[in-house]
Amino acid sequence: MSGAVIELADIRKTYNEGTAIAHEVLHGISFKIEPGEFACLIGPSGSGKSTLLNLIGLLERPSGGTYRLNGTAIGEADDDTRTRARLETLGFVFQFHHLLPAFSALENVMLPGLMRYGAYTREVRTTAVKLLTAVGLEAAMHKPPNQLSGGMQQRVAIARALALSPRLVLADEPTGNLDTHSADEVFALMREINKTQGAAFLMVTHDPRLAARCDRVIEMRDGTIVADAPRQP
Amino acid sequence: MRFEWTVALRFLREGGLQTLMIIAGAAAGISVIVFMTAFLGDLQADLIRRTLGVQAGIIVRPAEETARPLRQDNAALPQIQARVQRLRSVDQWQPLRQRLENTAGIRAVSPVAAGPGLITRGETSKSITLTGMTPALYAAVTRFNEKIVAGEYRLSPGDTIIGSDLAHDLGVGVGDKVRLSTPTSPGDVYQIRAIYDLGQRTLNRAFAYVSLPTAQALLDLPGGISGLELAVVDLFGAEELAQQLQQTTPHEVESWMRANPQLRVALANQTVMTVLIRFFLGLVVAIGVASVLVVSVVQKTREIGILRAMGASRARILRVFLLQGAIIGVTGASLGCAGGYTLTAVMSQFVRAEDGAALFAAQFDATLYLLTVAGAAVLGLAAAIMPARRAARLDPAQAIRL
Repeated sequence: MSGAVIELADIRKTYNEGTAIAHEVLHGISFKIEPGEFACLIGPSGSGKSTLLNLIGLLERPSGGTYRLNGTAIGEADDDTRTRARLETLGFVFQFHHLLPAFSALENVMLPGLMRYGAYTREVRTTAVKLLTAVGLEAAMHKPPNQLSGGMQQRVAIARALALSPRLVLADEPTGNLDTHSADEVFALMREINKTQGAAFLMVTHDPRLAARCDRVIEMRDGTIVADAPRQP
Repeated sequence: MRFEWTVALRFLREGGLQTLMIIAGAAAGISVIVFMTAFLGDLQADLIRRTLGVQAGIIVRPAEETARPLRQDNAALPQIQARVQRLRSVDQWQPLRQRLENTAGIRAVSPVAAGPGLITRGETSKSITLTGMTPALYAAVTRFNEKIVAGEYRLSPGDTIIGSDLAHDLGVGVGDKVRLSTPTSPGDVYQIRAIYDLGQRTLNRAFAYVSLPTAQALLDLPGGISGLELAVVDLFGAEELAQQLQQTTPHEVESWMRANPQLRVALANQTVMTVLIRFFLGLVVAIGVASVLVVSVVQKTREIGILRAMGASRARILRVFLLQGAIIGVTGASLGCAGGYTLTAVMSQFVRAEDGAALFAAQFDATLYLLTVAGAAVLGLAAAIMPARRAARLDPAQAIRL
């Protein structure tokens, strides 16, 4: 598949639309992300980064503008189509890990496969084990999340996001909750996966150190993009 | 559905004590439902047996004679006098008896010749119903043999069996002699072979049993019988069977239900009561399941959000929670069936009639258990509808932010 992974044109988002307290948080956002890109989204709190990420992640709907995912307009698509697109095209990594506590690390990584194929197939299992090995957790994969450290949990979450080989991984402050050492490790891992698997990444971060190591930095302020540039050499 | 099963089971397991408590609650409620269902039939059958005494499930007797005026026109004010009902034999009763014996739903057939009579000892006479029967057949229909308290259940020509209160009134016992007479016969002297006790004074004074040929002679019914008494397999289906039989015979067919409308009403009321109790128990179980699932949806809001974000559709989340309701229902019902059986077995040891007979027996009723489990699955599903829809409607973006 060629062309941009995502293409945003004049995306707007208004909360409490049509009421007296209507409040526009995104004022016409436009940009593209190409396959294999590693971009980060920076900006102060309240600038609309998380809202934009939720929009791109099909968790919220835009109030205006066009959103194309893999070339298909998906902003207005029905819930089932958007849900399927989330499963098959996107991977999520959240700040607070968000693993399912009732499932072991391995089972968490196999869940997307179970959703897609309706069974823990051999392929689902092999992929999950391979991913967990790649993130350095082959020894801990049968442990429940609450027996893993924060960094380990985040690595499980990354493995889970990659389980169905998504074209785009959305990461909302994936290292925000980790110490510097773990943050560096997790970031390095994402970069490596970006190179080896070719998945594009869009990462929200507050950490200028990490932002400086991305290919592209998109800066937001008050619901608009104020800077969008490739990394300074 | 594999995804839904996996997640539903994990969620329930994660619920721990909460899950155990609601399953225990459902099991307790359902075991009482099973217990009540299982013992109600036995209890009512026992009640009927005791109340009816020696009444058979269905009785076939000659149709009443009716007056048939010759002039059908209304030329004059007709005054028709109702006819006197004579003691008559059931016409062609031998082939009828054979046909009835081969009819499905009829366990036994006993020909009986009964009519008014007097029992006399010395100066004292008591009016009785003289009943002629064949002991083995009569026992098969009425279990009369179980009511014998003294002597031997046997009727040779010249033998009679009377009730305990009548024996007391006459001051006689087994082996003593009494005179039996009827309006049509001066009678003869008979030896008391046995004494019965039906548990009711009036019934214990009402009958004197003799062999069928003896009664035929005394009542002037040579070769005839006053009725055929039938034991039915399904006591509560007696009326239906009686109506079917009525279609095929000119004789009058009467079930115990029609002969004892007050008993039937009392039993129907009892059934309605237990149906109500069972219904409300089911309702309580359903509300319990629903409330636990509502709490579970709140507790699992974040997990539901994650699953939605990962690509689980609304329908899948809905099914995850519906399944949880069904699983709780089925597990609770399985334990409840075991509990109900145990309860019946234990209670049948303690709850007994005054005479010591068990009022009900613990029976392994597979149909009842299957129906209960299926019913509980539906109940659990129904109880889960509201919480499941709530879970499915959650906004994933908000759920994750929690």
